[in-house]
Amino acid sequence: MLDSPLLVADDLALSFGETRALTSASVQVRAGEVLALLGPSGSGKSTLMHCLAGILAPDSGSVTYDGRDVTAMSDVERSALRRTEFGFVFQFGQLVPELTCLENVALPLRMTGARRREAERVATAWLERLEVADVAAKRPGEASGGQGQRVAVARALVTRPRVVFADEPTGALDSLNGERVMELLVAAARDTGAAVVLVTHEARVAAYSDREAVVRDGRVRQVELAR
Amino acid sequence: MTATALARTGAGPTPPPRRPRRALAQWAADLALGVRLSVSGGRAGWVRLALIAVGIGLGVTMLLGAATAPAVVAAQEARSNDRSTPMWEPPEDAVAAGPGTILTIAARSQFRDTDVEGVLVQAEGDAPPVPPGVARLPGPGEVVLSPALADLMATDGAEALRGRWGEAVGTIGPEGLRGPDELTFYAGSDQLSVEEFASRTDRFGGVERADPDPDPTLLVLAMVATTVLLLPVAIFVTSAVRFGSEARDRRLAALRLVGADARMARRVAAGETLTGAVLGLALGGVLFAALLLALPDALGVFAGDLRPVPALVALVVVLVPVAAVVVTVAAMQRVVVEPLGVVRRSGDRRRRLWWRLVLPVIGLVLVAPLLAGRGIDTFSDTEQLSVPVGLGLLLLGVALLLPWLVEASVRHLGGSGGGVAWQLSVRRLQLDSGTSVRAVSGIAVSVAGLLVINGIVAGLESGETEVPQRDAADFQAVVYDNSGAEPRWGPLEGSRGIREISTLSSVVTTDPATGADVWIDIGECAALAVDTEVGDCADGDVFAAAPTNGTVPTAGTTLDLGEPGSSEAASTWTVPETLTTVPTVTGMMSSPEGEPARFLITPGALEGVEPLASSSSVLIALDPAVPDAMDHARTAVAQVDASMHVDPVVIEGLAPVLADIRQALLAGTAALLLLIGASLLVNVVEQMRERRRLLAALLAFGVRRRTLSASVLLQLAVPVVLGLALAAVTGTGLSTLLQIGMEVPVRLDWAGIGTTSGVAALVVLVTTAASLPLLWRLMRPEGLRAE
Amino acid sequence: MSVGHTLLGLLESGPRHGYDLKRDYDERFGQDRPLAYGQVYSTLARLLKNGLVEVGSEPGAGPDRKRYAITDAGVTDVAGWLSEPERPEPYLQSTLYTKVVLALLTGRDGADVLDTQRAEHLRLMRDLTRRKTGGDLADQLVCDHALFHLEADLRWLELTAARLDQLAVRVRA
Repeated sequence: MLDSPLLVADDLALSFGETRALTSASVQVRAGEVLALLGPSGSGKSTLMHCLAGILAPDSGSVTYDGRDVTAMSDVERSALRRTEFGFVFQFGQLVPELTCLENVALPLRMTGARRREAERVATAWLERLEVADVAAKRPGEASGGQGQRVAVARALVTRPRVVFADEPTGALDSLNGERVMELLVAAARDTGAAVVLVTHEARVAAYSDREAVVRDGRVRQVELAR
Repeated sequence: MTATALARTGAGPTPPPRRPRRALAQWAADLALGVRLSVSGGRAGWVRLALIAVGIGLGVTMLLGAATAPAVVAAQEARSNDRSTPMWEPPEDAVAAGPGTILTIAARSQFRDTDVEGVLVQAEGDAPPVPPGVARLPGPGEVVLSPALADLMATDGAEALRGRWGEAVGTIGPEGLRGPDELTFYAGSDQLSVEEFASRTDRFGGVERADPDPDPTLLVLAMVATTVLLLPVAIFVTSAVRFGSEARDRRLAALRLVGADARMARRVAAGETLTGAVLGLALGGVLFAALLLALPDALGVFAGDLRPVPALVALVVVLVPVAAVVVTVAAMQRVVVEPLGVVRRSGDRRRRLWWRLVLPVIGLVLVAPLLAGRGIDTFSDTEQLSVPVGLGLLLLGVALLLPWLVEASVRHLGGSGGGVAWQLSVRRLQLDSGTSVRAVSGIAVSVAGLLVINGIVAGLESGETEVPQRDAADFQAVVYDNSGAEPRWGPLEGSRGIREISTLSSVVTTDPATGADVWIDIGECAALAVDTEVGDCADGDVFAAAPTNGTVPTAGTTLDLGEPGSSEAASTWTVPETLTTVPTVTGMMSSPEGEPARFLITPGALEGVEPLASSSSVLIALDPAVPDAMDHARTAVAQVDASMHVDPVVIEGLAPVLADIRQALLAGTAALLLLIGASLLVNVVEQMRERRRLLAALLAFGVRRRTLSASVLLQLAVPVVLGLALAAVTGTGLSTLLQIGMEVPVRLDWAGIGTTSGVAALVVLVTTAASLPLLWRLMRPEGLRAE
Repeated sequence: MSVGHTLLGLLESGPRHGYDLKRDYDERFGQDRPLAYGQVYSTLARLLKNGLVEVGSEPGAGPDRKRYAITDAGVTDVAGWLSEPERPEPYLQSTLYTKVVLALLTGRDGADVLDTQRAEHLRLMRDLTRRKTGGDLADQLVCDHALFHLEADLRWLELTAARLDQLAVRVRA
């Protein structure tokens, strides 16, 4: 099962105006693996991740998730995919500042139709698991950076997604906090069987992955070492 | 606990099963989430919500007011109808007199500048009808007053009004009045006759009186004024629902990221707006109720009449939230499609010009009659409606064109020159001018509208001063008497407030040579001088004024001044050889075919002819030493014949009314500008909060507070200046068109431009000043801390 | 560091006399430690014995005038060496630098060398990270020390990768 690719990007190209972000990028994500997308700033790794997650539509090429063509999906279908199959952790800014941390974590569940009480019970369990139960009633602005990221991880995992997309999840944190967030993210993902697509430019963060793909100049250079 | 230890605790909490929701439940859930988000935004969120609510609340108050107006008018009209009396009919057509009939005639009067209109009544039997609200028909020498008139008479300064129509024997009840402030009366008389234009009736009420067609100029003015007042409110309401939209866009982008699709996000946004709209409805209801309690006196309306039409209220209650939601959803189309709205802003498309031009162009087409230079009084019924609509569209065009104008102007700014502050503000506007402009377009539309109204008012005023220049040096008041019994006015001479009187008799006859009308005025030199520049004048002189097209009858022509067709020698007058020609004048009477030929004859030149005057003007010289001499004169006249009206020789016309309108508009605009200032403030504050780290960083590398403060000022001022310029051009252009349409000399309203620009500048300064404390607080180095 | 592979790589860019080979080497890689003549000739003799180079003699020439050229087997050997990641260890950069320069000199993709090395570094970092998360505090501290060093190497790798185009221009000049 580990070898069957869950998410496949094939020959993606995407430009923002004059800027070519992706030229011919191909990458495969296997179920349950932690894949690091490495590369210098501006290499297109975040853009590649956004395409994989169905947030951005590539100009050409295809993205296939579990045999389904993501690029051909409507916005509604892609939104549903994000709601049920994917989870997201960004560097910052992904939590809704008006909601409490608990409500933020419960949000994806409530969007899939769960009742508030049920959703918040599960969310509380996740906050406990990520060791941030004490900020449950606070707004994200009142929590520290490390706590905020753990809340974000909890929110990414609460729907039991099959893929978690993490874009520089430790980018705004110091090493100790960053390591802790990575440990928790990877451990929780492995427990739930979720694959993680980890975008980072830090080798020590990438070291939490099973495999890396290097993005340079809008292309992916993948090296398979003989073990 | 380490991660491996953690891993052993199991596979993590299991999510609850997904329950596919019914569409309706999903709708409700999304809306509820929006509501929840709108009330939990912390202090900034509450401010935003409060502003939305106030904006919508004010709009709702105005709309409820508009929903009440028809009810008030209907109630007043109903009472008016219940007391109406028939028009005069010639004696042969009149109802036969009987015990149940009365004679009535309208009596028009004034106290100072205030109109007082009543009815003279005279019972013809012992069972006369009684008007509503009156217990007993007043007899000769008795009067029944409305409470407001009774109060007025009781005030200290109203001495000249007392006793004008007789002895007060009662007051009129509310059922007989249009409103509590109405000044009216029923005065008993014994001098009325059908021959002297009294009407006979056996009841009050039930007479439909066709309203005379209102002056088209005033109608257009009223419609333009309504547009000018309501349009900025509408713009304000629509921009009110977009308060705080940047924070909301961020929020929605975060929701999109976790899987809300575009429709869900729109519903959430709709839910957020709905909170503001519902609060606004409630606030508007409360405000309106407060106004209902406070206003009846101020408006001169019976409290009982202030019943909003239920259907219209229902419409407001339904339409306002719906409109708010529609505006929200429409406004965020562009944002919602992008779940990375925060993370990556794809390059904004340039604003397009063409669709913004559609409405103004339609407006231009509709005001074509004005552009063609046609007078408003020549407009057809359709044009009287379409021209104000066109003006409204042109004003709306200001709001539509402004974003494009600002963007286009700003794009070419800041490339070179200017200080750091200028650079910062211009670049900021280049990045996103939408939020600033939205608030400013309200200012622009109201300023443009104000200039249009001011132009109309100025035009009407100068139109008024175009009225024949009459000479009020000798006589200040005049009574037009067509009874042909001018000797009865003798008693006026020497009564209080009157120095002397003089009579000007008018005869209309025909030139036997051409059959054209010839008008003849007979009076002393001083009386003739009121209308005409007769210059040197002595008794025995004759003056002639040529008609518009033609000549004065030649010397020796015999004109008949007596009973038409009688040709008795005693009433024929021959045009003398010596007469003085005077310029054509627009006299006290005029004729639709242009001015007829006129002779102005002093009594000494009549040489014994006894003209049969078809009408006469009794000219009154007031005693300047007596206060309220005019009102004393009115009272003296009323005691001779209460149905006679005293006019001032120089009519002041609409001027005082227009000044009031202008003042009200200015006050309305000022209030509106304040509101807009508040919304500008919200925008600026929101922008600052959003960029607090940036501000702290700028401070850290040495940008001075003064520079940043100046950049805030400029950022507000640039759109306002552009908006005012657009408003000034549009407003002045439209008012010029209207003045041409009113056929008055074009006058640019520099005072209006100056005042509104000044107020707008003040708004910018105050807004900047109000935002500076926050700026300075945010600029402390602590702002650099991570979120 | 392998002098044999380095000399082979230099020969791949063109046949040379032993003396020129030593000068090229010193210019490009030998700032601190110029090669001794003896080392050059003994290394060339070993390469000759293994069939990785061949000698094209010129008429009337002494031992000094021997011209060395790379054989097909030699080219394969260089390729194998370049594609083989180095064991991550301190002061790796001189070896890696040599490899990158030779790759560029012989018309190969320098980035491949770096990518291969990055993969190897990451593999080791992964092992260390795994040991760290499973271990006690002492393990964690030891592993962290190694991780930080490896990370520094990797940063150098990234930087070199980013400047590869610049380097290629200079090397091929």
